[in-house]
This record gives sequence, C-alpha cells and structure tokens, in this order.
Amino acid sequence: MHLANGHISHAYMRYIRFKIGFIGAALVALAGMVAVSLSVGAAGVPLSDVAKSLAGLGVSPRFEIIVWEIRMPQSLAAIVAGAGLSLAGAAMQSILRNPLGSPFTLGISQAAAFGAAFSVMILGSGVMQSTHIGSVTISHPYVTTLTAYGFSMLAAGAIIFVSRTRGATPEIMVLTGVALGALATAGTMFLQYFADDVQLAAMVFWTFGDVARASWMELGVLATVTGVCCLYLLSRAWDYNAIDAGDETAQGLGVRVGRVRMAGMLAASLVTAVIVSFLGIIGFVGLLVPHMVRRIIGGDNRFLLPAATICGALLLLASDTAARLLLAPHVLPVSVLTAFMGAPAFVYLIVRAGRR
Amino acid sequence: MILNVAGLIFSYNSHPVLDGVTFSVSPKELVAVLGPNGVGKTTLLRCINAIHRPSGGAVFVDARDVRTMPPAAIARSVGYVAQRNEPTRLTAFDAVLMGRRPHLRWGVTHRDLEIVDAALQQLRLTELSMRYTDQMSGGELQKVAIARALVQEPRLLLLDEPTASLDLKNQVDILGFIRNVVTEHAVAAVMTLHDLNTALRTADTCLFLKDGKIAFAGSPQQVDAEIIESVYGLPVEVYCNGGRVMVAPHG
Repeated sequence: MHLANGHISHAYMRYIRFKIGFIGAALVALAGMVAVSLSVGAAGVPLSDVAKSLAGLGVSPRFEIIVWEIRMPQSLAAIVAGAGLSLAGAAMQSILRNPLGSPFTLGISQAAAFGAAFSVMILGSGVMQSTHIGSVTISHPYVTTLTAYGFSMLAAGAIIFVSRTRGATPEIMVLTGVALGALATAGTMFLQYFADDVQLAAMVFWTFGDVARASWMELGVLATVTGVCCLYLLSRAWDYNAIDAGDETAQGLGVRVGRVRMAGMLAASLVTAVIVSFLGIIGFVGLLVPHMVRRIIGGDNRFLLPAATICGALLLLASDTAARLLLAPHVLPVSVLTAFMGAPAFVYLIVRAGRR
Repeated sequence: MILNVAGLIFSYNSHPVLDGVTFSVSPKELVAVLGPNGVGKTTLLRCINAIHRPSGGAVFVDARDVRTMPPAAIARSVGYVAQRNEPTRLTAFDAVLMGRRPHLRWGVTHRDLEIVDAALQQLRLTELSMRYTDQMSGGELQKVAIARALVQEPRLLLLDEPTASLDLKNQVDILGFIRNVVTEHAVAAVMTLHDLNTALRTADTCLFLKDGKIAFAGSPQQVDAEIIESVYGLPVEVYCNGGRVMVAPHG
C-alpha cells in the first residue's frame, strides 16, 4: 500500500515548531533561573560575580563558597528532583491512562515516609541535633535514607507483583497503589503514636521535602539514577502515546503493553524513591507540571515528556529560590511552598478545564 | 493468499470460544465476520493479530506464522482498528502518525508525514487534522483509527465494528472507502459487523460463526434465510433486489 502524496501539512509543521520553541524557551528560562538562584538569598551575590565564579575567573572566597558549596548543590538538587518527579508523573499518567497518576497517588512517597519513621524509631537514627540556623538534622541520615528507599521500592515491587499476577491494567496498578499508600500512612501514624518527642520531631522533620539536604556526593547518586531512568522513559514516548489510545490499539501497533507498563512503572518508581529518600517528600510537582504542560503543548509524549522534565526542574528551582527569600533569613522547606502553590493551581486547572 | 487461519482454537478460562476455525483470505478480498453477540468475532480478530494466543491451530499472514513474528513485524503487515478507541490529548495528525511507529527507525521522516497527510485527505479529515482527538465525535474518532491503520501500509486490515459509531452517510462513506482501499491496493480485509445488510452489501465473503465454528462461508448471494435463522435463531426473509441481497425479520 502506497499512500504518500508529496504534500506535508504546513499547519502541522507550525505546530511542531511551536512545541520545539516552547521547550527551547523553557530551557532558556531554566538557565536564567539557575543564575538567579545562585545569586539571591540571605547573602546576596551580584549576578556578575555569579557569572565570574561559574567561569572560574576568580571572585572573593566568600562568594566562591556561597556559589559552589551552598547554592550550587541546592540548585542542582532542585533541578534533578523537579525534573525527575515531573517526568515520573507525566510517564505514570500515560502508562496508567489516569490523570491522577503520580508518585504520590501510588503510595511510593507514603512508603518512603514510613521507612523514615521506621528508621527513626526502630533503628534509632533519629536523635535530633540543633544546628546554628535553628533547624534540626537526623543523626544518621544514610540509615534513614536507605530505609526510606527500601520501603518505597518495596511498595513499587508490591504494585508490580500484584500487576504481574492479576494483569498489568491501569485500574489494578492505581488501586494497589492507593491501598499501599493507606497502609503506609497507617503504619507511620502507628509509629508516631508511640514515638517520644525527639523521635516524633525527627520523623516530621524528615517528611519536609528540602533540596538543601543534598551534598555533592548525594547529588551524584541522585543525578545518575534520575538521568538513566529519565533517558529510558523519554525513549518510550511513542509507546506511551500508543497506550494513551487504548491497550488494544497499542498492541495492534506492535507495543508489548504489559512489559512497557511494568518497565515504565519501575523506572518512574525508582526515580521517585531515590529523590524522596534523599530529599524528603516534595508534593504536587509530579502531578501539576505534566497537566500544565499538556494544556500548553498537547499530549504528544515525544514533546510532553522532555517539556515536563524541563518545566519540572524550572518550577522546583523557582519555588526553592522563592522559599529561600520569603521568610529570610529563615529558610522554608520547598515542599511547603509547592503544596501551597500546587493545590490552588491544580484546582484552577480543573475549573478551567470544566468551563471548556 | 494473504491470510490463512488453520484450525484456530481459543478458550476464555476453559470456556471454548473458537473451536477449529479455518478460512483464508486473498488479496482484494473483503470478508465480513458475522454472528450473534459473544460468538467470538472480536476474539477471532485478536487471535489473527496475535493479541490473544490461541491454544491450538495457527495463523499465517503472507505465509508467515504470526506466533514467530515480533509484534512490530506483525504491525507492519496487519493494520488493526479496535472496537474501542480512547480519545487523547493528541491532534488527529499525531494520532494517525502513530500508525507509522512500526516502520520508524530513528525518527519521523518526510515520507511518514506525507503518508499521514494523504490518509487524512482520503478520509476527509484534513480540516480536523489539528484538532485534539478528545474534542472529536465518536464517528470522527473512528475515522482517525481507520486512517491510523491505513498508514501502517498493511497487507491485511482487521476492522472490529468499523461502522459502530457512524451515522448512515458516514457508514456508507467508510465502507466504500474500505472497499476501494482493498481493491486498489490489493490488500485483504476482515471486518466484524452486526448489521447483516451492510455486510451483504459490502463484503465479498460472509463468514457466519456459531458455537465457535464457522456455520457458513460464502458470497452474499449464497446466503439464504435458513443459514441466518440457524445462526441467529430468528426467522427472516431474504430478498434479492437488483443483484443485492437484503435481510428482514419475519413479520
């Protein structure tokens, strides 16, 4: 069968250029936001000094330390976490054909929170220490991180196990995730009820998602895992488009639906588990950003997934910078701000969609 | 022969649905699969397309056993229009472009875009090409699904109730279009239909399923009241009007 007629739709080519332009603009905005985030804070660093420091042209040692040791890891952590959570959310929404698909709907974050609480209470990693800026830290952060990671992967494994035995349909995955989330929340509440004051404070502190926690080494682990999983998810964009149109249609197009759905869930869960374990719970990015981007450039995953990745990084970096400035010199954990902004923004999107 | 189905057996949870179904389809032949609800028409298409794995028998497309073919290779030979197509936040153009997926190596080429453009034009969807499919009617969505199957450039078309959500004019248009595609491009097509008169008007061969077996296979002119009554359990009258066969229930 030969159908080609030598004609290509100009309207379609314009539409493609618009989407590429949107991604380019988001990248430029992200680069600008990085400069701003390195510059502003309790101690201001002029943008010119930021540029010099980044170019290795030599500025005062104080500025060097602020830019490279304090703000750069924090900004990069925000970029990696925002990108990873947003991409994981966008991929899950497609894989599960469910607009509520996100790392939080599927109980992975709640399982991580339970893991952290378990670590604080049972493994004794939660001795609270006051620091010079008046916040608290967990005495054995790696034990907490590893336990949180273990439990979140356990939740992801349970979803995949149930799906393998009962069929990898979106309904089974979402319902299993919701049930596991409820179970993990109940477990956390149980531990909190019996925790002493110090343990309770440590548990609650851990759940505040905060990108300032990441050191260069942790950032390396975060970036590697997130990078590999992101590359995988981006490479399956065609398959996710096909799954969006229905399992049967996708199978007719040669997509191994069950296998693609399982692998996508695994990659998205792994990204989420690593980010949440290192940085705590950062809500709404994975749910909100894909919806915002889809509204602007449509649901073609070839463009939606990279655009959501960049916009997620941009949103979390901007939120973190704002959180640093709002109550300066006090630093607000970024998760508080994303939840404050995210909930009304999400409701607004729903209302606007309803009016159409 | 493009399609050979040999002794196909399929069961759902030990309940037999297809029990030794055998038939073949040549180039330029349009076969309508008919029978009461739940008789296994959709299951038959899914087995041909290797979405379901039959417990016995075999399906050959261009003499290749589909069980030995990777899914992408099947999709290059078989275009499938499912009964249910989900609307998405994809433009009609992108939704049809998805049909090129089995042929893609590194990315979309100009030829792929030309093929999509031509398919949209042939199905009179050009005006709607930039509309999101979640803003389309059921009939428009059905046309998009058919265009998507066409751009797969298949040798065999499988259509599960292709006229289910279409009004009368669109039914006639689409079936005429499918007829033309089958004849002009020398492909084979198998479609399931509920409407007997539509099937008798359009198909070269009518294949009636009953109790998992083929109760009758032949040209529309060979179909008589006895066959239909034995398959559907309903007394009917069969008329022949200007070479066209038509069916109406008794009374």
